Amino acid sequence: MVYIIEVNGSKRTVDVDPDMPLLWVLRDELDLKGSKFGCGGGFCGACTVHVDGQPTRSCQVPISTIGSAPIATIEGIAANPIGAKLQAAWMELDVPQCGYCQAGQIMSATGLLTSKPRPTDQDIDAAMSGNVCRCCSYTRIRAGIKHVAEGK
Amino acid sequence: MATDLGKTNANLDFSRRALLRASLTFGGGLALHAILPNVAGAANDGAATEGSALTAFVRIAPDGVVTILSKNPEIGQGIRTMLPMIIAEELDVAWKDVRIEQAPLNEGVFGRQHAGGSNSTPENYMPLRRVGAAGRRMLIAAAAQEWSVAADECDTDAGVVQHRKSGRSLSYGALAAKAAQQEVPDLASVKLKDPKTFKIIGKRIPGVENAKIVTGQPIFGIDVTVPGMLHAVFEKCPVFGGKVSSANIDAIKALPGVHDAFIIHATEANPSKDPEGIVDGVVIVAKSWWTANKAREKLAIVWDEGPSSTHSSEGYAAQAEKMLSGAPSTLLRNDGDPDTALKGAAKIVEASYSYPFLSHLVLEPQNCTAHFSNGKIDLWAPAQNPGPGQKLVAKTLGLEEKDVIVHVTRGGGGFGRRLQSDFMAEAAWISRKIGAPVKLLWNRRDDMQHDFYRPAGFHKFKAGLDDKGALVAFTDHFITFGKGGKPANSSATMPATEFPAQLVPHLRFGQSVIESSVPTGPMRAPRSNALGFVFQSFMDELAHAAVRDPLEFSLALLGEARSLPTDPAKPDPQRDFNTGRMRNVLLHVAEISAWKDRGQLPRGTGKGVAFYFSHLGYFAEVVQATVSDTGAIKIDHVWVVGDIGSQIINPAGAEHQAQGAALDGLGAALGQAVTIEKGRVTQANFDSVLPLRIDQAPRVDVEFITSNFPPTGLGEPALPPVAPALCNAIFAATGKRIRQLPIDTRLLKA
Repeated sequence: MVYIIEVNGSKRTVDVDPDMPLLWVLRDELDLKGSKFGCGGGFCGACTVHVDGQPTRSCQVPISTIGSAPIATIEGIAANPIGAKLQAAWMELDVPQCGYCQAGQIMSATGLLTSKPRPTDQDIDAAMSGNVCRCCSYTRIRAGIKHVAEGK
Repeated sequence: MATDLGKTNANLDFSRRALLRASLTFGGGLALHAILPNVAGAANDGAATEGSALTAFVRIAPDGVVTILSKNPEIGQGIRTMLPMIIAEELDVAWKDVRIEQAPLNEGVFGRQHAGGSNSTPENYMPLRRVGAAGRRMLIAAAAQEWSVAADECDTDAGVVQHRKSGRSLSYGALAAKAAQQEVPDLASVKLKDPKTFKIIGKRIPGVENAKIVTGQPIFGIDVTVPGMLHAVFEKCPVFGGKVSSANIDAIKALPGVHDAFIIHATEANPSKDPEGIVDGVVIVAKSWWTANKAREKLAIVWDEGPSSTHSSEGYAAQAEKMLSGAPSTLLRNDGDPDTALKGAAKIVEASYSYPFLSHLVLEPQNCTAHFSNGKIDLWAPAQNPGPGQKLVAKTLGLEEKDVIVHVTRGGGGFGRRLQSDFMAEAAWISRKIGAPVKLLWNRRDDMQHDFYRPAGFHKFKAGLDDKGALVAFTDHFITFGKGGKPANSSATMPATEFPAQLVPHLRFGQSVIESSVPTGPMRAPRSNALGFVFQSFMDELAHAAVRDPLEFSLALLGEARSLPTDPAKPDPQRDFNTGRMRNVLLHVAEISAWKDRGQLPRGTGKGVAFYFSHLGYFAEVVQATVSDTGAIKIDHVWVVGDIGSQIINPAGAEHQAQGAALDGLGAALGQAVTIEKGRVTQANFDSVLPLRIDQAPRVDVEFITSNFPPTGLGEPALPPVAPALCNAIFAATGKRIRQLPIDTRLLKA
């Protein structure tokens, strides 16, 4: 099946099976390798992208359900002012260890700060607990979100 | 091919057997070729690649850009940033002018190129300082020659040589070509900086790949793309050691998008039965990974499950119980006369502990891209141990090592899993079979069900206290896993020097082994991650039995500051357990955690303390936890104090490793176990083995005490004390003792 999807502001055409998850369309058809495969079950959040502005586990969404919803990935999140600030905070505060989960973390954090610009610790827990960091860089993930929320 | 990670290399200064050569680069710059000694400390000849620009450790271009190779694999431990910092410091260049490239695999030139055992710092700190210092001397010599002045009148700062008397200066870039013609200083005697003058070492330097990480650049093994590449999955027998009898290969090959499917028999692909070598299974190759993985749903394999299919965790526990009721099969240590001393003790304390198999749960599943062509193979892999991986592939394909070219990528976590290179052998075999480049990627179930697990274990302790509450007798019967009555590998062993050995007059350690084919191997802080829990929890039990403050009890046991030699005939102050360094970290963690005020904590909240020496690092940790009436555990705060020697090289990275290790240990204690039923692992994803999440992660305060010992590594030693500190805090909060991991909160209900 041929699908035309909007990724990071550009229209892209792919010819894939309808049940191929968005993650694999992005990674292997469009060569956008920033969104990561971690568990394939929606448990780890490494594949998080924005679909219509909402943080979404791309390994759980078949391409056939996307339609015209705009998709943003880590490769394009700098176009979002909150995303760009989070990327800068992540570098300044040295958030990553191995870094494998961090694309998903930044995508979820961008969603959080878009809906709650001044999140409490409980808001951070609720929005970010779907994103596993196996290196446990959680102290700095929390600090990075607060850094941006406080306008630093 | 087994990896012995129980051993940590001491801070032997191998530099005396390192070689340095200089050459002019094509661009008119300076190239320094360092031939570092191999891990045993013997000289490497480096002959195969001498003078090759690819293996120049440091290059200084005429424009002043300094390129430094990072020799070891980056798996999140920060090595790609930290090792180049050491060279840049002694070379005396500005960090902003430094570019870092991953060194090719060439252990004949670079020495050991692994990420394991917290060894990178002790193995490389002095050699790399000497390489940088030698380069600086050559740049100074070039400037002195240019100005016809004495070299000792010249100084350097941030990539510039200065002659203060005349006010002249020249940049390293301008001097690089001339420096290449200077005599190479003797590495053993080259003058090093006074650490008080360090400008880069000791500063918080962010990870050098952070910009690529936060923008999603393709830097991990899973991101590798080779033109014409196909994608593969490999379905292995769920029962360890099982074999393929038959499979519906033709039906799989007929599926749309599937390029090929075939059976691999270990008898053909791994005739020597290498524990890291290929096991029986079915490969599916397709144009996309998702297509290949989906085809597994249609796969019908008849397995010959073999003798392990009757094994189970319950069965292992029953065997352990039976073994524990008898005498150990092997004596690991016997000091004094423990049986008589126990009879004479004023108080006897007995307890049994156990811990499960654990999976490493690296977030990036095992993967490798391989391209076999014309009798040679290129592999791109997130390997922790690429040298042995190269040897394994060479053996598997019957190639010479020089025809196996390994490109090391960044790894999405390692924790010891990628020290075994099974995934490289599989990808290599598949690429040769199909005659095309291929990316093999495991799914999460593969990763969780075909790991080299942290070995499970059981301990039965019996200890005696005298009428003053002092520990006078101590025995442990340790049950581990292996074959032929021997532990499977060093990760399944217990050292004869395990604390409190050497501090109790009458002490016996015995061991028995359960026969098992569950693959086991090193996991972050091998052995220590389990032994820390059991011994430090039981120490807390002993302190309470003695009606003593656990901190005071431990300090009394440690006694005065001294070194306890592993081998009395060969004392080694760097390697041997130093009671003084442990006392210092204990006292400091007590201070920053307000240990003495713990009596004022509210009902249901408690603090626990534990300490551990591993990988040459001394760590003491306090956990504060609150347990609700329903048994729910909230970890409020963790304090970590470490002593890893005279210098914290990158404080940003060091804090990260210590925080990460402590939280990693808490995650395993709270929610992780791999259980065996009918010879197979029952868990398959993060819904049944629970990695720690942000809402469970407490604040972790980290402080380091510096001591007059050479700097040592930090990937591991902060992990072992945290689980016992948590369990001891739970006891302080509830009066309930956790003797089995993971923690069963049902036992904590009020």
